[in-house]
Amino acid sequence: MLINPINRNTMEESNESTISRREMIVGTTAAIAAITLANVTGTQAAPHTVPLSLAKVSFTVNGQSHDLEMDTRTTLLDTLREHLHFTGTKKGCDHGQCGACTVLVNNQRINSCLSLALQHQGDTVTTIEGLGTPDKLHPMQAAFIKHDGYQCGYCTPGQICSAVAVLNEIKAGIPSHVSASLVEKPQLTNLEMRERMSGNICRCGAYSNIAEAINEVAQKQA
Amino acid sequence: MKTFTYERASIPAEATAAAARTPGAKFLAGGTNLLDLMKLEIEAPQHIIDIGKIGLNKIESTPAGGLHIGALVTNTDLAAHPIVRRDYGLLARALLAGASGQLRNKATTAGNLLQRTRCPYFYDTNQLCNKRVPGSGCAAIAGFSRQLGIIGTSTSCIATYPGDMAVAMRALDATVETVKANGAKRTLSLDQLYRLPGQTPHLETTLEKNELITSIVLPPPVGGVHIYHKVRDRSSYAFALVSVGAILKKDGTGRVAVGGIAPRPWRIESAEPLLPSGAKAFTAQLLKGARPTKENEFKLALVERTLTAVLNEAKH
Ligand SMILES: Cc1cc2nc3c(=O)[nH]c(=O)nc-3n(C[C@H](O)[C@H](O)[C@H](O)COP(=O)(O)OP(=O)(O)OC[C@H]3O[C@@H](n4cnc5c(N)ncnc54)[C@H](O)[C@@H]3O)c2cc1C
Ligand code: SF4
Ligand code: FES
Ligand code: FES
Repeated sequence: MLINPINRNTMEESNESTISRREMIVGTTAAIAAITLANVTGTQAAPHTVPLSLAKVSFTVNGQSHDLEMDTRTTLLDTLREHLHFTGTKKGCDHGQCGACTVLVNNQRINSCLSLALQHQGDTVTTIEGLGTPDKLHPMQAAFIKHDGYQCGYCTPGQICSAVAVLNEIKAGIPSHVSASLVEKPQLTNLEMRERMSGNICRCGAYSNIAEAINEVAQKQA
Repeated sequence: MKTFTYERASIPAEATAAAARTPGAKFLAGGTNLLDLMKLEIEAPQHIIDIGKIGLNKIESTPAGGLHIGALVTNTDLAAHPIVRRDYGLLARALLAGASGQLRNKATTAGNLLQRTRCPYFYDTNQLCNKRVPGSGCAAIAGFSRQLGIIGTSTSCIATYPGDMAVAMRALDATVETVKANGAKRTLSLDQLYRLPGQTPHLETTLEKNELITSIVLPPPVGGVHIYHKVRDRSSYAFALVSVGAILKKDGTGRVAVGGIAPRPWRIESAEPLLPSGAKAFTAQLLKGARPTKENEFKLALVERTLTAVLNEAKH
């Protein structure tokens, strides 16, 4: 499906400091890039030079801390999926337009595709895997199942992470584009939920069931 | 994405020094615009200076009774701030009309001001674009120009400044404070910050490479009804075709800035005495000299009608 940007870049030439393929197989990032390159291009042992720039970062994902050394270009999304194997978080557009990659960073929702891993030094990241597990579901996960808030399920982890954050944002009194008043506490209306969830696109159009799922959790919390 | 080296600055002076020292360096704030463009290789900085953790993330009242907004304050935090909601409703409304909840959590005040155009030909690296490749030509002028600019444009570029927040900032007379590597500080109005394209559409602002925006300052609040009316192709999560940011008094006087039509938020102070005469008279003066394309001449009428709606809303 979508090609990891790391792989694409291994095929580029550069005048900058370059590292031979053999030298490159040191870090995890490099190893993955080199192996995939061989698969993609079918290159044999021919020497191939790769521009590479690595940097370190440490952050916590779902309660566990990670010290990483990454190709500087690696997004938080690719780090989660390709390096830490939290494949619950999905890549839809890779450009901030669909919300499939939504995760919580320090309890706030962001698009992990438009963030470098390196930007998250010291941060606390929660993915769909960290919200709940199959035998201990987060109330929002349970509500999505109950209300059939999906069809193919691809947008669902992003929808659920976003929905959890939306309820926190309303609770914190953060207004939205559709809030009638900027100073009064925002209401838990269907219109509010829809506006606040507009950064999460569902290609299957499960919107009305998603709204019902969120509404149920909202009413229980209220 | 092209490779780049990376460093994390911890204070503003470190960031500006790094920018002065390193060729091809760029500041990275939230990253929601820069990384998007780097993925498409429209931007290809050789060095990234991450300013996400340099501080500058406070909102404070000024002795003059205005508001001092740190460059790294997020769009969410700015829109949710009690003083902004109470006294600068136009700003809160414009922020909340932009992007999505996820993006606003990451986007910063300075990064938002400096977001680049959404011209579809600028984004498509197979197309000619003077902004992306100076001197290469402009595919938009004879192309699909529905979204593009009608005024302040040139024969080289008809792109618009796409953002919402800056429209409110322009109407509020916000100023931008900067610092350079040598410690020199400047204060710029938004009209001094944004350049018109002329024959050099790749130069969008008057900032120097090592110049960091440190804050945005709002003068004391202006009384009146604060309205931000954004017209777009879908009701959420889309850029403006036309937007009107206005502060209007009961007697019909006020100030208006318009988004989605020009390379910068469009405000003509000398037209504002015409506001009490109604949308038609004011719009004629505001858009004097407009050069729309066949595809976007509808924006002339759309500005007037959006403003009519805003003026009516202000009366009620
Ligand atoms: C899908 C999508 C929809 C969107 N919809 C809207 C919308 O409807 N309305 C709207 O207004 N915006 C919209 N946006 C744009 C969004 O608001 C911007 O991407 C965001 O505000 C940029 O802020 P940032 O901090 O992430 O900037 P960055 O991407 O980090 O930086 C942008 C630019 O500013 C420079 N910069 C950043 N901070 C400083 C500083 N302190 N000093 C000097 N230079 C600096 C950077 O070098 C870079 O060139 C949308 C974006 C996406 C992806
Ligand atoms: S309008 Fe400007 S940004 Fe768009 S293609 Fe022409 S030169 Fe490029
Ligand atoms: S993958 Fe991040 S928003 Fe689409
Ligand atoms: S369930 Fe298929 S995209 Fe939403």
